[in-house]
Amino acid sequence: MSITTYLGLMINAMLVCTPPLLLAALGSCFSERSGVINIGIEGMMTIGAFVGAVVAYYTGNGWLGFLCGGLSGAAFGVLHAVLCITYNADQTIAGTAINFIGPGLAVFLCKAMFDNSSDSPSLDPASKLPKMFEGAFPAGSFGYNVISTYSAAYLSFVLVILIWFIFFKTRFGMKLRAAGEHPEACETLGINVRRVRYICVITSGFLAGLGGAFVTLSTVSQFRPSVIVGQGFIAIAAVIFGKFNPQGALVGCLIFGFCNGLKSLIGQNNVVSPNIISMIPYIVTILALVLFVGKSRVPAANGKPFIKSK
Amino acid sequence: MNKKSRSILESNALYTLIAIVIGFLVGAILLLMIGDNPGVVYSTLLDGVFGKPKFIVYSIIYACPLILTGLSVAFSFKTGVFNIGAEGQFVVGSLAACVVGIFVDVPAPIHILLCLLAATGAGVIWGGIVGFLKIKKGINEVLSYIMFNWIAFYLSNYVVNLEAVHRTGGGEATKDILDSAHMSVPLWITALTKCTDSNWGILIAIGAAVLVWFIMEKTTLGFQLRAVGYSKTAAEYAGISSNRIFMISMMISGALAGLGGATQVMGMGGRISQFAAQEQYGFQGITVALIGASNPVGCIFAGLFYGAMKYGGNKLTIINVPSEVINIIMGTIIVFIAISHVFKALLTRGKGGNN
Repeated sequence: MSITTYLGLMINAMLVCTPPLLLAALGSCFSERSGVINIGIEGMMTIGAFVGAVVAYYTGNGWLGFLCGGLSGAAFGVLHAVLCITYNADQTIAGTAINFIGPGLAVFLCKAMFDNSSDSPSLDPASKLPKMFEGAFPAGSFGYNVISTYSAAYLSFVLVILIWFIFFKTRFGMKLRAAGEHPEACETLGINVRRVRYICVITSGFLAGLGGAFVTLSTVSQFRPSVIVGQGFIAIAAVIFGKFNPQGALVGCLIFGFCNGLKSLIGQNNVVSPNIISMIPYIVTILALVLFVGKSRVPAANGKPFIKSK
Repeated sequence: MNKKSRSILESNALYTLIAIVIGFLVGAILLLMIGDNPGVVYSTLLDGVFGKPKFIVYSIIYACPLILTGLSVAFSFKTGVFNIGAEGQFVVGSLAACVVGIFVDVPAPIHILLCLLAATGAGVIWGGIVGFLKIKKGINEVLSYIMFNWIAFYLSNYVVNLEAVHRTGGGEATKDILDSAHMSVPLWITALTKCTDSNWGILIAIGAAVLVWFIMEKTTLGFQLRAVGYSKTAAEYAGISSNRIFMISMMISGALAGLGGATQVMGMGGRISQFAAQEQYGFQGITVALIGASNPVGCIFAGLFYGAMKYGGNKLTIINVPSEVINIIMGTIIVFIAISHVFKALLTRGKGGNN
């Protein structure tokens, strides 16, 4: 194989591995920056993965599945918001509950719908997310691997720019960052902290749901109980790594995506144990933090319920 | 309102009980929705736990590692650290116990002690690295815990596949640990329980709970740990080095989870299989700590409850009911524990007891 083919394969693996993490990480940014810890990203991704696969299976429309996956995540976002914002529940505890209910409900419903099978039927290519410019490049070429891939993957990268813009260039972004730093001061300025946080937490569920749905609607082509396992937590880690900024989270997610790409290449010859290669992204993340990035400052009001003064 | 009924309304146990009842109600509604009879399902669950002495023993065996990871998380909570890394500490603990169990050939009591020590040590190191990164490099512990969970995961799979460790027969697993490393009970107990997996791991879990209670409530260290948990700045003002306390807390927390891994290998499995996915002992420990209100004795009961649900839940597949209903019930219980203060306010205000 030529060097461009290798490179093409690697970028392809990266383009497929990064979006689920990235979408979930962007969701996590929304929630954490507004002052609500969302450890339930994992559960929201899993329910999104399930709903996405099922809707696409019955309707044959990948985009509709993708959207519904996001909406199911948003529904859990509503639950998290009600618990944490309206009832001032401990945010870590509420998130832990979602991590039990989300995956539990997904597998429970899957078994109920598909004759006690924990896997949903596999999707035919037409009901998955579509690829761009199909047929424009010969199979196996650089262009085929890099450009003829899922448009939703590219969409997730565009979202980083959009969300960066929302966070740092709009009034709403200012409000949401302020709500995460000093909610009391916000309230005196007439900002409705609870409303801002509601919007952010529900958005975070929506994005995490999209991330989950991307997995089942692209590479895996069906729902399985093991389809998400751990990716939500890695997304949270990427956000902390990226200092709670969308552009920083992108770097964190790319480390994982890049290492996964590397894995699919090195994995072809059996010189190094695949288990050792699989450790690389985690070790790299820690090393990068120790050597280059340094301390990540958590938004000041993160995790603290905001109780309106009378 | 008299004092007694008020103290009941203010105790956490009441609200945990309410949460458990609501959890089962929500489970029942879901079961009805998919066309199953909750009565049949719950009686199968009950029978699966209490039907035979053997079932009760199995529930206790299932509870043992959960009590220990629960204690691990509860211990960290007391100091204001969220040990989401109990999963990884559990894995390295079971790995260390397994390796020592296979390769060190010494008489039983010493062998068991060595395995337990190795597992505890592995847990201490795994938690300690994260502690070191937190206090020396300022790295958020939640992030490093998550990373080290996965490093432990792949490390375990790597070791399982080493030629010297891998079993020669079928199955992707390690060799069996030597008999001298098994925490087996005398034969007459096995005859009594009719459960070949009977082991005394639960004694370790209870012993650990007592030790945690003692450290927390009766020692200066425990006072310092709790002080940092309440307010880091106030504790520092009083001359307590919060960094030192974080380090100690994270190491002890790791030790408890590592010990949990040891009881799993030396009590039940006797070997480690290759993981396909995280086994969730650490995450289930978070639930145990929450249901047990981070109290050592509470963790014992919460662990027994979870162990029974897990073991009894397996039986649901026999009657073609998705056993995941257990996860949904547990999740719902946590939801209502998280908002128990709302119920408390409602009940105590309703009775006019707030004076």
